[in-house]
Amino acid sequence: MRLGEIITAGVMALLSIYLMWKSTELNVGYITGEGPGGGAWPFWLAGIMLVCTGFIAINWVRRSSPPSQSEEPLLDGYGKKMLVLVGGGLLGFIALVDIISMYGAMAVFLLYYLRFLGRHSWSLTLILTTSLPIGFFFFFEALMRVTMPKGLPFTEPFFNILYNIIY
Amino acid sequence: MEILGLLTDGIFVSLQPINIMLILVGVTLGLFIGAMPGLGSVNGVAILLPITFLVPPGSAIIFLAAIYYGAMYGGAISSITLGIPGASTAVATTFDGRPLALKGRASLALVTAAVASFIGGSVANVLFTIFAPLLAKVALIFGPPEIFALMLLAFATFVGLGGDDLPKTILSICLGLVFAAVGFDEISGAPRLVFFDISGFLHGINFLVLAIGVYGIGEMIWTIESTRGEITTTEAKMSVKGIVSDAKEGMRRGWKGTAIGSFLGFFVGILPAAGATPGSLMSYGVSKMISKNPKEFGQGHPGGVAAPEAANNSASTGAMLPMLTLGIPGSPTTAILLGGMVIWGLTPGPRLFTDQPEFVWGLIGSFYISNVFALIVNLSFIPLFIWMLRMPFTVLAPLIFILSVVGGYAATQDMHDVWLMLIFGFGAYFLRKLDYPLAPAVLAIVLGPIAEPTLRQSLLLSSGDATIFLTRPIAGPITVIAIILILLPAFKMLKDRMKGPKSNPAG
Repeated sequence: MRLGEIITAGVMALLSIYLMWKSTELNVGYITGEGPGGGAWPFWLAGIMLVCTGFIAINWVRRSSPPSQSEEPLLDGYGKKMLVLVGGGLLGFIALVDIISMYGAMAVFLLYYLRFLGRHSWSLTLILTTSLPIGFFFFFEALMRVTMPKGLPFTEPFFNILYNIIY
Repeated sequence: MEILGLLTDGIFVSLQPINIMLILVGVTLGLFIGAMPGLGSVNGVAILLPITFLVPPGSAIIFLAAIYYGAMYGGAISSITLGIPGASTAVATTFDGRPLALKGRASLALVTAAVASFIGGSVANVLFTIFAPLLAKVALIFGPPEIFALMLLAFATFVGLGGDDLPKTILSICLGLVFAAVGFDEISGAPRLVFFDISGFLHGINFLVLAIGVYGIGEMIWTIESTRGEITTTEAKMSVKGIVSDAKEGMRRGWKGTAIGSFLGFFVGILPAAGATPGSLMSYGVSKMISKNPKEFGQGHPGGVAAPEAANNSASTGAMLPMLTLGIPGSPTTAILLGGMVIWGLTPGPRLFTDQPEFVWGLIGSFYISNVFALIVNLSFIPLFIWMLRMPFTVLAPLIFILSVVGGYAATQDMHDVWLMLIFGFGAYFLRKLDYPLAPAVLAIVLGPIAEPTLRQSLLLSSGDATIFLTRPIAGPITVIAIILILLPAFKMLKDRMKGPKSNPAG
């Protein structure tokens, strides 16, 4: 944790500097007759962030915050495995949306999580994998009129069947 | 007495069979729309507006107001059961609602939310009935400096009383405010903070993207890791007896929050451009501030659920006030309601009370009836929400992730935001591990779009003189309280240091 604390403070400091620099694309001072420039608000806020990272670093040196006292690793073996399996699954889910549609990606993610991570039975897995995306489809597309991404054109015939039910 | 007579007439209007039916359907629909992340009362009201052309204007607005009411109740459901705020008005409910659910006390959180919402709504209805025209005038006195002072107070309650690491809390607030500034500069119209020229940043960062990233993804990954995947909330139980005892416990421990939320929420709700979200966040902050045990807030305190829930219901009624009396909407939902009224041939404003008394008092009467129905419908559905929590965590977790992704997309309908939400989720997971408080960042991204324009308008009014926040009769005291709260941790630190050498002479 101790190492993670100072690295994170460093990353936050760099982010603050980047935000300050980015804010200067607009005026960061006071413009007579117009008030504070468009960049002033984020510039000074990022400045305060930078000062805060300095205090976090001081607390790290003085070992006054709990993470700066902890010698445990930020991520242990279980944490790394969990991050890869759960975080990777989520990453895959979102990456698949533009290919096999939101509903298709939802089904694949449910299959992966329920069967391979949750070790649930095939029957429960298949029931949820099919019913939930279809349920979501009718809720969003028919009731709420919110259109979700449909992926590449090969998914079209499938969605035509569902749209025929709505209209 | 005249008001009482008019109100009685109004209640009879809303008790007509068609109106009763519309109220029942409206609050039920609103409850589920409000509970769905990414969808709020504004979506429900906007989508169902065309349906109302089939019924008389009085019934139509009663139906839409019932949806609005139901959604305010519903927002708490996903905040508590899933840890994802259903709407911005329920962000603060997540802070204590989710920890209560994780402790197996979801029923306490849900019942507290329902009862506090009912009380908040009832207090607001009474205030609305008695003081409507007078309060509308008071709200107009609030200019940019006063509203900015209120925002400052909201941030100050988080800084001064957090008990968390102070530099991390301030950093979290500033980060949220900077994220709220992404997109276009509202005054000059120039693009601002468009990182790496990615066009998705041009429409700004929706608060839900950060809120769902933090609570739906980051918090979930953290929970799975910290409990080694053994997490379960199957202790959650529900019975009629349980509802009564939960209601008693919720009110015993959350009465202060309910009272603060009911009054503060109503007042913030009537301010133009404020609405229920700042009302609920401020009520949470003030409840924490006056609590004897502020450190229990954020760990699962019923007062932390009662305050924002009472406030958002109270504010939703309050937001109707400037709409009806002045024709100024106090929130996006009331803006759509206002549009509906114009379409139905009604002219909102001071003359509405004299020209269309049956319409106005019918609507006010429906607030009372909707509030009762919303409580009954909400309590009836609590067993269903509890049942959801009794699902194995390996079923609930992918459901929460799916709702997060779908909710993140539904809010802006842009995949850029879904990717951003994932990045925020991973970032929040690491920051959470390092004890960075993330609730202040969510608070800041919600209030940022109000805080920045009011600050700039105020400084423009005063030609750059910042003392405008101290010299105005309403803004001054609020600013002074906010400054004291911000400086409170520094005073505490100084006090501890002065005590330190005496109590520990060795060093």
